Amino acid sequence: MLTPRFSPTAQEITYLSYFNNKPRVYIFNVDTGRQEVLGDFPGMTFAPRFSPDGNKVIMSLATNGNTDIYLLDLRTRRQTRLTDNPAIDTAPSFSPDGSKITFESDRGGSQQIYTMNADGTNVQRITFGAGKYGTPVWSPRGDLIAFTRINGGRFSIGVIRPDGSGERELSTGYLVEGPTWAPNGRVLMYFKEKPTGEGGRQRQVRLYSIDLTGRNERQMLTPTDASDPAWSPLIP
Amino acid sequence: MRMKYLSLCAALALVAACSSTPEKKAEVATGGTTTTTAPAPAPKPTGPVPGSKEDFVVNVGDRVFFGYDKFDLTPEATATLDKQAAWLKKYGSVTITIEGHADERGTREYNLALGERRANAVKNYLTALGVDLARVQVISYGKERPAVLGSNEAAWAQNRRGVTVIN
Repeated sequence: MLTPRFSPTAQEITYLSYFNNKPRVYIFNVDTGRQEVLGDFPGMTFAPRFSPDGNKVIMSLATNGNTDIYLLDLRTRRQTRLTDNPAIDTAPSFSPDGSKITFESDRGGSQQIYTMNADGTNVQRITFGAGKYGTPVWSPRGDLIAFTRINGGRFSIGVIRPDGSGERELSTGYLVEGPTWAPNGRVLMYFKEKPTGEGGRQRQVRLYSIDLTGRNERQMLTPTDASDPAWSPLIP
Repeated sequence: MRMKYLSLCAALALVAACSSTPEKKAEVATGGTTTTTAPAPAPKPTGPVPGSKEDFVVNVGDRVFFGYDKFDLTPEATATLDKQAAWLKKYGSVTITIEGHADERGTREYNLALGERRANAVKNYLTALGVDLARVQVISYGKERPAVLGSNEAAWAQNRRGVTVIN
């Protein structure tokens, strides 16, 4: 089980499961405990996230060595292909008003962050710094996109405006990855993995939060190693 | 207020299962010397039974390696895959699952896609050499199942791999 993400009501969680050795996106209803595969796709589906209205799930399909982004309407079960490119297009995330999607793609030669309209038109690249950029997540306020950057053998968590301006680094380390926003859009959580033990052959993986100012980085207390945090929306 | 947020946060854990249990290494060194009990004292054929999983791992080689963020096959990889294809044609009833893996120096979802590319690079090569498509499945594990845990290029290089698993 990988990459759990809440629905806007926090009543559902979507994630990737390797059940029966078939990696597919599932949806889990917190109230009923019921879970089901989402969609009928001819290959691995992964990287799911809900739309802001909770009626759709956006995800990637990988088949025959190509990964593109698809939208699944939860009510009609209609599947819509949003990208059609021989590159890896994955990690999609909606803007809070539902009009746009940010995602990562290596269509320009390396993994970078893009935005597009929710129907797949008007694709714009927004990161141009050295290294690779991935895991874009749109802030609940709409003003920023958080990301993971890999550059010079280091990982970092940063933010950038949707128009590609104002990039800032917030935290860095051997491996920091997977930012998720607090509902107020002013705090981020992510995980940090560091080598421990002889020859760096063990790993410690913990959750951290940090203010958008880049200050006040704190470790979350978890009973064991933990990764891929998902911050729920505010519950009415 | 902040604490309320934190209590709502689902720290849903991948936990140690994914990050600290390296894939069981194929028992290359020990082979299968347990089976044959030849009656004659003559030098008995030790080693894997021809056509077995062990035979494939020991005498053919079950994996090929890739460069960082690459999915093209190196000359070493195609040499291994040539042998794999010959073996698979000899034992025509065997079906395989090709696993694509990545090192830990990429993000989780990108690495799932990259692993899928690698598995398909292996699949395309084998099927081009005449292995029936119907015998071949692919699966990507991204960076979730490292063969070797380590914080250096030597370890990462062993994790960027395509593994042909006999079903």
